[in-house]
Amino acid sequence: MRLTLNGAVTDVEAAPGRRLLDVLREECGLTGTKEGCGEGECGACTVLMNGQLVVSCLVPFAQAEGAEIRTIEGVGDHALQQHFMSEAGAQCGICTPGMVMTASTLSRDATLEDIRIALAGNLCRCTGYEAIYRAIQRARAATSA
Amino acid sequence: MSVVGTSVARKDGIGKATGAAKYADDLSIPGMLFGRTVRSTIPCGRVKRIRYDFDTTGFTIVDRRDIPLDGRNVVALIEDDQPFLVERDVRHVAEPIVLLAHADREKLLAADVIIEYEVEPPVFDPEASTESLKTLTIDKGHLDAGFAQADVIVEGTYRTGHQEHVYIEPNGVIAVPEDGGIAIFGSIQCPFYVVKALKSLLGPKAHVRVVQTETGGGFGGKEEYPSMIAGHATLLALKAGLPVKIVYDRTEDMIATTKRHPSIVRHRTGVKRDGTLVAMDVEVILDGGAYITLSPVVLSRGCIHAAGPYRCDNVRIRGRAMLTNTPPNGAFRGFGAPQTIFAIEAHMDRIAEALGVDPVTIRERNALVPGDTTATGQRLTADCSALPVLREAVERTDFRRKREALRGTNRGIGLSLFYHGSGFTGSGELRLASKAALELTDHGVRILVSSTEIGQGTRTMHAQIVAETLGIPYEDVDVAQPDTTLVPDSGPTVASRTCMVVGRILQRCAEDLKRRLGDLTPAEYYRAHGPFTIVREHEPPGWIQWDDETYTGDAYATYAWGCDVVEVELDADTCEVRPLHLTAVQEVGKAIHPALARGQIEGGSAQGIGYAIVEHVAMRDGVMANASLTNYTIPTTLDTPAMDIVLLENPYEDGPFGAKGLGELPMDGPAPAVINALRHLGVDLSEIPATPERVMSACGSR
Repeated sequence: MRLTLNGAVTDVEAAPGRRLLDVLREECGLTGTKEGCGEGECGACTVLMNGQLVVSCLVPFAQAEGAEIRTIEGVGDHALQQHFMSEAGAQCGICTPGMVMTASTLSRDATLEDIRIALAGNLCRCTGYEAIYRAIQRARAATSA
Repeated sequence: MSVVGTSVARKDGIGKATGAAKYADDLSIPGMLFGRTVRSTIPCGRVKRIRYDFDTTGFTIVDRRDIPLDGRNVVALIEDDQPFLVERDVRHVAEPIVLLAHADREKLLAADVIIEYEVEPPVFDPEASTESLKTLTIDKGHLDAGFAQADVIVEGTYRTGHQEHVYIEPNGVIAVPEDGGIAIFGSIQCPFYVVKALKSLLGPKAHVRVVQTETGGGFGGKEEYPSMIAGHATLLALKAGLPVKIVYDRTEDMIATTKRHPSIVRHRTGVKRDGTLVAMDVEVILDGGAYITLSPVVLSRGCIHAAGPYRCDNVRIRGRAMLTNTPPNGAFRGFGAPQTIFAIEAHMDRIAEALGVDPVTIRERNALVPGDTTATGQRLTADCSALPVLREAVERTDFRRKREALRGTNRGIGLSLFYHGSGFTGSGELRLASKAALELTDHGVRILVSSTEIGQGTRTMHAQIVAETLGIPYEDVDVAQPDTTLVPDSGPTVASRTCMVVGRILQRCAEDLKRRLGDLTPAEYYRAHGPFTIVREHEPPGWIQWDDETYTGDAYATYAWGCDVVEVELDADTCEVRPLHLTAVQEVGKAIHPALARGQIEGGSAQGIGYAIVEHVAMRDGVMANASLTNYTIPTTLDTPAMDIVLLENPYEDGPFGAKGLGELPMDGPAPAVINALRHLGVDLSEIPATPERVMSACGSR
């Protein structure tokens, strides 16, 4: 099956019923996308599919045919990633790839309330989210300056 | 130069934000099989027959008979009572019976193992259980004489439920046959606990190496259970002669692994008209689950904290952890203290109400000050900060005025005052005799400890302590990945001890090294003299006196102190409790890395808010009935209140740069503050979580 993976046209062989999450991790070697619950609740496996956020544990691979998939390995929002680390927005780090994917879709003028609503589908057990808000806000401030 | 007290870049590097950091499930080893655990489906009884109802070609199958002759079928911890695999008797649902491995995960999951049982009646109610796992009594003064002085006696019973850790990375390990023994790579809080358990499984002479991979959260949940999983993967790998990976899915992780002990705490308190506490009689009952595991020490910490941060001359605290036919409950951030602090802090507001004073006044009158003694008779010194945290929190939130202003609205405000002992209890640190080491490298030094980075910032904070002590740049300090064949046993990563205890040993290593280096930098010394390693053992302060029999003496080297204020809103239609704002004032000795310290308090407070309001484990017939993240919810961004965090510093003289332990403290405060805020709203609740159903029934009775 052919898809565009992090900007490159890629042929991947995998059963159509497999979870996109497993295909990314096991067939494509992209282990930055994490599994936290396997039922679309925690958001650790969040990727972009045709520009939309999806939880890749709930997407059958067949649906990815011809799609443009972007994972944490190809997100390219370096300011955001750096601020996640410098603001202690990542502690254990397992939710961080999903958080970064979701945060990468936020507009530059997102308010704190916008950020909270956008991240409501991404669970973090370490930070209480406050440092994640700080990371996103500072990254946004830095890129718009 | 000063690196301690500044928020330097984490040692983790950028990998966690780019997806490059490797967790257990990200590793794949050629030839690796996948492992699966077949578990009991009854809470109590005996295994009669096991039948393999599938084509076993290509499968590795392990049962209790595969345990080596030199080994023992026990997960060695405190007592040797929990087996790796059921021998015959089943004590709880999800007890491991048979292990399977196969290269193809689909086939592995499809394999049908049929187990027939002889069923016996289970016990689920800890108060109905006749088998105690541990009992203890703390006695101070004369209870009867205390009650005789009382003007008012206030009684109350407080209950807390299970709490699931919900580290976002489920448990997982890979076992790799190596040098006639085994190497384990996994998501592990305490690598040497796993070594101990595997040496019991394989025999004391077996080669065992345990390596911690990047770990996606622990909170106590990866303290003891990884020993079980590592044992299972080991048995499969040794039988197959191939690497075996076992990674739990969320449901298995929730059903099979440990949770916070449910508790019932009864208080009977004698108090004078002026608010002085004169007698405290406390009964603590913990539901231990089906095996002893860590229950004795959880009970111990819970009981020691059960009288709260208050002065009282006459105290009796009786505790018991009871056996029930549920999976063993275990370590979870706070380790018994969140349960008993919930009880005393909810009780203090009832005492205040009985006397007609406000919640601040009753605490001001009784809060421990330097020179006072705790329930175990420990005399507190200048690093006691109960009143400073209380006063700061009250002033900062304008608590009294706000409490008046909110009256008659659908908002309530409550507070809690609490403390948390740092490090192992009593003589525990002396017995542990933890070691840490520093070795020279060609550009600086490397820290060798088994203390694990599980998100809290171990690597970073340790490197700061070493850099500061040696007077070298932070960047010149490396931290070795915990590998039990390469690092000394610095003790488990638990009990708020990694900074205060292990950090202190590292500070001593660095002091010794600095003397040895003279005028040379570590790199210059390395070039001139070659490799050099310095190892030091922990030296607990000499004044610590503790009696394990009578539970008297210096329970902890020091305590960290906190006061939380929580404002909640009650939805009159749905009875949902919404936490709006949390102020946490916490005194931690010295914040080595303020941003990380703040991160611990924010994260711990969010877990405490979840514990108070939404985290409900529904146990049905001895098994978690809501074992998924759809049905067991933790706070999302929309359920977590805005937080105002205040760090106070009152140094502990034997901590590194004055640091105390702070990891568990923030877990203790939110639940009672929430329940007290509900009481302010007129909702009389003495049980958490405060689910809409419970709030509704409490509202119905007011």
